[in-house]
Amino acid sequence: MSSLPIEIKVCLGTSGSAAGGEEVLRKFQHRISEQGIEAQIGRRCTPKKVGCRGFCSRDVLVDVIRDGNKTTYQSVTPIMVERIVQEHIVGGTAIDEWTVTDEYASFHEKQYKIVLGPCGEIDPENIDEYIAMQGYLAARKAMTRMTPDDVIDEVVRSGLRGRGGSGFLTGEKWKVCRREEQHPKYIICNVGEVNRPLAEGNPHAIIEGLLIGGYAICASKGYLYIRERYHRSVERLRIAIEQARDKGFIGPNVFGTGFDFEIEFSFGTEAFICGEETALMESIEGKRAMPRVRPPFPAVQGLWGKPTVINNAETFSNIPIIIGRGGAWFSSIGTKESKGTKVFTLSGKVRNNGLVEIPMGMSFRDIVYGIGGGIEGDKALKAIQVGGPSGGIIPTSMLDLGLDYENLAKVGSIVGSGGMVVFDEDDCIVSVTKFYMEFLHRESCGKCTPCRVGTKRMMELLTKITEGTGGDEDLRTLERLSGVMASTSLCGLGRSAPNPFLTSFNHFKEEYLAHIRERKCPAGVCTALITFSVNEERCKACGICKRVCPTKAISGEPKKVHSIDPERCVKCGACFRACKFKAIKKA
Amino acid sequence: MEKVLTKILDQHRKEKGSLIALLQRIQETFGHISEENVAWFSRMLDIPESRFFGVITFYPKFRTKPVGKNTITVCCGAACHIKGADKLLDTAREALGLSGDEDTTHDLGFTLQKATCIGACNIAPVVILNKQVHAGMDPVKVTKLIKGYEREEFLGYL
Repeated sequence: MSSLPIEIKVCLGTSGSAAGGEEVLRKFQHRISEQGIEAQIGRRCTPKKVGCRGFCSRDVLVDVIRDGNKTTYQSVTPIMVERIVQEHIVGGTAIDEWTVTDEYASFHEKQYKIVLGPCGEIDPENIDEYIAMQGYLAARKAMTRMTPDDVIDEVVRSGLRGRGGSGFLTGEKWKVCRREEQHPKYIICNVGEVNRPLAEGNPHAIIEGLLIGGYAICASKGYLYIRERYHRSVERLRIAIEQARDKGFIGPNVFGTGFDFEIEFSFGTEAFICGEETALMESIEGKRAMPRVRPPFPAVQGLWGKPTVINNAETFSNIPIIIGRGGAWFSSIGTKESKGTKVFTLSGKVRNNGLVEIPMGMSFRDIVYGIGGGIEGDKALKAIQVGGPSGGIIPTSMLDLGLDYENLAKVGSIVGSGGMVVFDEDDCIVSVTKFYMEFLHRESCGKCTPCRVGTKRMMELLTKITEGTGGDEDLRTLERLSGVMASTSLCGLGRSAPNPFLTSFNHFKEEYLAHIRERKCPAGVCTALITFSVNEERCKACGICKRVCPTKAISGEPKKVHSIDPERCVKCGACFRACKFKAIKKA
Repeated sequence: MEKVLTKILDQHRKEKGSLIALLQRIQETFGHISEENVAWFSRMLDIPESRFFGVITFYPKFRTKPVGKNTITVCCGAACHIKGADKLLDTAREALGLSGDEDTTHDLGFTLQKATCIGACNIAPVVILNKQVHAGMDPVKVTKLIKGYEREEFLGYL
């Protein structure tokens, strides 16, 4: 009998926990100790938590690794644990009907997991597991065998660009800061919303990246800027910092080189503008998060007026890999100007929602249909929105476009921090654009006029159009405002705010015109432009629509075709969703 | 009261923290930041009240009104939006009996909030009850969550 321990890995990312992962893990631990499983089979069993492995629509995912064979179970609930323990862990036979399907393989097949790789494999709260996979070796190598300039050269050679917003070359940014004579210098890691899985799945990579960055620019203090609300991420990073400090990786005299490095948390609050680097610094300094005029750039005069580098957590997670495996290796991945991989949260109407990491240059078709498994309910794909609220909307005609910084810039979008939302035929592009503009208006800090007033006016005009009161001249005003905002706003938020409108208007002009000239919403979303009525041939007079109607707008008796009073109808769509016979028409 | 405030003040001075950190601590302690508390800290630290309110009103997270015992947050990011976050918000308001611009129930049991994007787009739409994230929500599940929680809480007293 083999004496290798049996490993049980339970996904405890945000999604895994939401699906009840903690209970599943507890159940495994409980069953194994209570029933004396280890003694019975004569080998150790180690149930443990791991971070997100991306395939969130089938959580809770559990890996059982027995004699080197990995079996992954999907949608595990606590009641399934008993049988897995008895049949698989004790008996040695996997339960085939509960294992992942081909979808799981096709979801992973096209991905290239560099930074997400360890998430889902190692226990994020145990530094020894990170060290066992060569963790902190890159930091040791950088500090003991390389000068700060060597480190920067290696990062420049890798071609790594910032994974947050503008895609500036990370090495170049560091170089500018390194040249500054003024001390102290600061290095800041922004842990944004899309970085949460990294912080939860492999926090030590972020810490190590920050440490190497600190050494490269000669900063003695690093900040982790994170929203307080991301409890789990904060907790795991806190544990990681403590463990790293115990091992002497942070603190005074790191690796005996005389380099001192401390990491401190700075808790941000929910504000989109804090993604802008100078606004973020204002926020750390305890002020209203309003961007500063540049130049001077942060690398020269940043936090507390000192030279500062800001990168986001994904950028930092790439650093240990670049130092460890070499910049040349890293630059072999991706396209000519965009190197490496990019993490995206694939969401919206795509079948496999999840966290994905793709090599730069992969086509949207491969992402949506290959990794994403196509559109939910076999509907038609309409558009893809990339780069967060101020990204652009990509139409289906551009499905074969390779995703990298250059291509996205060409089509009026940005890579951003990595949101990708897929829309299907049921989504109204005008309404979606209005939604983004509402968001940007709310999040505009108000410092510069083009953005403060521009987002408001654009939102008002888009609202008019969705309500069926817009005119052709409103489109011209929207275009003019877009131009003014893009060229005169103080920071990236205002400059990129018109992106959703400009791209959607460019590719979905007919839809805008339908709202304006025909007073119709082709997707049937804008409530002011649709009416609900009963298809008399299909109505079975079951009465369910009448019961769900919140305003009692539906009348009818058993065995008599029902009807909707348009005066009372508030167009909530409750009847439309409730009818099993598709007898409610939306037009 | 004065004692608690003094403790916060001492800690703030010791850590040389920022105004935001101070406000976060006040809100953590009291659930909201009252005008009286601002006045007190303004006096003790010799920082004008206007600077406090400047920061408080800039960040949507800071509250000047009392908060409920439980917090329900509906994520209204893009991914959640197209999967019906607005309906979830309406449902939650209805289940909690909130009207107008109220965000907290009269018995201070629940506060309802909107979040911009919490980065859980892959499991949208999400609702966060206290610290627990609930994935793939719909109006029925939201009602059940709230009603179930109210009941559980109630049973807790027995």
